[in-house]
Amino acid sequence: MHDDFDETSGPELSADEEALLKELPALTDVGQARRTFLGQTVAGGLGVFALMLLEQERAVGALAASPEALYAPGAALENPVRVSLKVNGAAKSLEVDSRMVLLDALRERLELTGTKKGCDQGQCGACTVLVDGRRVLSCLTLAATCEGKEVTTVEGLARGDELHPVQAAFIKYDGFQCGYCTPGQLCSAVGLLEEAKRGDVSHVTEDVTASTTRLTDDEIRERMSGNICRCGAYPGIVAAIQEAHSGRERARTWRFVEGEELARVREEVGADETV
Amino acid sequence: MRPFKYVRAADAVGAVRAVAMNPRAKFLAGGTNILDLMKEDVERPNELVDLSRLGLNEIRAAGGGVSIGALAKNTDTANHPLIRRNYPLLTQAIVAGASGQLRNMATNGGNLMQRTRCQYFYDTAMPCNKREPGSGCGALGGLNRIHAILGWSEKCVATYPGDMANALYALDAVVRVRGANGRVRTIPVGEFHRLPGDTPEKDNNLAHGELITAIELPKSSFAKHSYYLKVRDRASYAFALVAVAAALQVERGAVRQARVVLGGVAHKPWRSAEAEAALVGQPASEENFRRAAEAALKGAKPLAHNAYKVELGKRAVVRALMRASGLA
Ligand SMILES: Cc1cc2nc3c(=O)[nH]c(=O)nc-3n(C[C@H](O)[C@H](O)[C@H](O)COP(=O)(O)OP(=O)(O)OC[C@H]3O[C@@H](n4cnc5c(N)ncnc54)[C@H](O)[C@@H]3O)c2cc1C
Ligand code: SF4
Ligand code: FES
Ligand code: FES
Repeated sequence: MHDDFDETSGPELSADEEALLKELPALTDVGQARRTFLGQTVAGGLGVFALMLLEQERAVGALAASPEALYAPGAALENPVRVSLKVNGAAKSLEVDSRMVLLDALRERLELTGTKKGCDQGQCGACTVLVDGRRVLSCLTLAATCEGKEVTTVEGLARGDELHPVQAAFIKYDGFQCGYCTPGQLCSAVGLLEEAKRGDVSHVTEDVTASTTRLTDDEIRERMSGNICRCGAYPGIVAAIQEAHSGRERARTWRFVEGEELARVREEVGADETV
Repeated sequence: MRPFKYVRAADAVGAVRAVAMNPRAKFLAGGTNILDLMKEDVERPNELVDLSRLGLNEIRAAGGGVSIGALAKNTDTANHPLIRRNYPLLTQAIVAGASGQLRNMATNGGNLMQRTRCQYFYDTAMPCNKREPGSGCGALGGLNRIHAILGWSEKCVATYPGDMANALYALDAVVRVRGANGRVRTIPVGEFHRLPGDTPEKDNNLAHGELITAIELPKSSFAKHSYYLKVRDRASYAFALVAVAAALQVERGAVRQARVVLGGVAHKPWRSAEAEAALVGQPASEENFRRAAEAALKGAKPLAHNAYKVELGKRAVVRALMRASGLA
């Protein structure tokens, strides 16, 4: 499906935008990981929205990339701490400044930019990852405390080309719009399903002394309240988690635009709009 | 964030020694409060002593009650069968706080120690006696919608923001701590936090270097009739404007024992002896709950922007007691 659009066509950038992109060399490093992320999270098929993202990605990625830049430890560390941990199944050993949080270690040192920084103080959930299988906030976790831990980020949810059921359900139910909160939502949802399987209770559980809890939509809403979505994709998120939990598939109510139809849409919208 | 030395303590003795030796050292548990405050430059330790390898995370039956480790996570505590069955009030209070992710990180000891969410305390450009003794209180004459209506002083009008401690107080829990010289002592939860008085910089009665090792819950007669009610600006993931931990022992329709603890209204969990006295010996009825609520808020002194907390507090007390007694 990647072949469906012309490699050479990119978004038209204004002079200002070109200048901005040139001034942001850091973005070029992000390109590769972002492409991998898109490939993984949207591999089920490319929607118009994803195509647009991919085109922008290409434009940014066309600027020279220097992956080494990401690994450069920079100036000498003030209080270096050595940490060995597993990230998405791979053993990693890092020397970090004692102040570095896991979020920054993932993004700045391990080239895993799927995990997002929103508030950087525990208030939004964008940075959610799984540590030893539990959902936590990487912005309030010191990297130094991750010695011997197993970290799973959004990049590690899929098995090769096969999406995690939660990822597939998010696509099916439009569980995102801009996508910024999505990596955190996905990891949080995966953690939530484990907690529900264990029988954990929540603030809306009527009887906390009972041994079983049914994962109603209200339960999902409460248990996902630590993940804010500025786009308000909540209905899709709840539906996606409900399906991933129950395993009962409901029919998809929309489809991807492809081929000729896509060309027609593009024509209708006009050449200067990126669709 | 300012530079600090990171130390992984191997055991409780080592952790206590490390912090006791350095007046600028602090313990690090889940990190959810201290790291936030360090990013804001409110907390400035030059050394963090990581407690995560200490163990101290057991939850077990002890002396008719239950002992919960200071390093046990909030999630594990709330969901432990011993807690859910015998202290559902504690489960409800814990899951009313923060978010799933935060409760997976937060420890019981760290939860007791969490600092106020007063905006002036967080903003280093503002005066705050708690952060910088003697600089004044920004909230007293400033925006004080979320602040105290009971027990405040001219020096500080902040509230203790936590939920768990309100339930622990109602359940007569004690905090077990270990000091530098190996001295072990217990502090009833109700005496753990302080009113601000002239020293708002001290949130509680723990000495520097003292480590919370466990929280002990005595056998409870409240398991059947308790309820944690939390009122906040949105349905979830927000601190309490007012919270009520209500616990009753009801026999043949009459209240034998009662606990009414309010959160979000004072510098510490606020237990109302007046409300409890109004309940004991009386039938469990809405009318009597209203009298108790009036008694609980009788001494309230609201600030410029939080008079709403007085009426809200009364209604919350009634509602929590109605739920606890099964009348609603
Ligand atoms: C966005 C957000 C929303 C939140 N909402 C709520 C809420 O609604 N209700 C609520 O109750 N809480 C809420 N919290 C607060 C949260 O519950 C606390 O941050 C948490 O419980 C602190 O525990 P911790 O283990 O992470 O402590 P840390 O941050 O590691 O430590 C906090 C303090 O306690 C000290 N300390 C830690 N362990 C010990 C010990 N064993 N002995 C002595 N001192 C110790 C540390 O030195 C430090 O000073 C929220 C937090 C955030 C970030
Ligand atoms: S209320 Fe207390 S914490 Fe808030 S500004 Fe005043 S002194 Fe500081
Ligand atoms: S970036 Fe961690 S919670 Fe917002
Ligand atoms: S999809 Fe945009 S913030 Fe959630």
